[in-house]
Amino acid sequence: MRIKADLSALAQTKWHDYAVRFLFGGFITALAGIIAKKFGPGIGGLFLAFPAILPASATLIEKHEREKKESLGLNGTARGRSAASVDAAGSSMGSIGLFVFALVVWQFVQRDPAWIVLAGATLLWLAVSVAVWQIRKAL
Amino acid sequence: MIQSLIRFIIGGAIVSVFAIIGDVLKPKSFAGLFGAAPSVALATLTLTITSESLSYARMEARSMMAGAIAFFIYASLLSCIMMRYKFRSIVVTLCLIPVWLGVAGGVYYLVWTR
Repeated sequence: MRIKADLSALAQTKWHDYAVRFLFGGFITALAGIIAKKFGPGIGGLFLAFPAILPASATLIEKHEREKKESLGLNGTARGRSAASVDAAGSSMGSIGLFVFALVVWQFVQRDPAWIVLAGATLLWLAVSVAVWQIRKAL
Repeated sequence: MIQSLIRFIIGGAIVSVFAIIGDVLKPKSFAGLFGAAPSVALATLTLTITSESLSYARMEARSMMAGAIAFFIYASLLSCIMMRYKFRSIVVTLCLIPVWLGVAGGVYYLVWTR
């Protein structure tokens, strides 16, 4: 299966969908900082892997797929749920990359330049996530 | 207060960027990878490194591993439930948040506080 970018998908998303994701992401990041201040970095750090994008994305995908089917006069409820399920399955594969990101930062942030460690960990998150996705597709 | 506001803006911006990348990519299972992007982590760790210390950032990253394990279980359960049952995704994603909290807190307690 080929990976491609479809910029027309951006037009399907309304401004309030972007606003919800900005507000939710901002809220979780601020909350993680407040929790870390109050309870320490041990508890606050848990929220660095909080599912901040997934709830809004799954809801949005379900809505888009349902509307697409309904515009053709079909019932899109099942299709919407299925698309949200596939998106969530992708996120579970991405979470393996997220674990590797945390592992790399934990191991190297005090030893090496922090910015290089963050950039490297992000690239590694992407590489591991894509590798897991390709392995899953091949099985 | 100012610190929280800066976190809010940077966190919101990074989450939005990864969400937009996920929106335009196909197939959907590949786009889903970006639902697990380290968006909150990048925003938080960047600010921690500039305002706190590297050992503080290291502690946060260590706990983040427990959060990532919880994320895997959260996303896997979400995928299974959406495929098998007739619930709306908004309901399932919100109802599963306590599962994420429980697993993340449980792993943290069992691995690092005992």
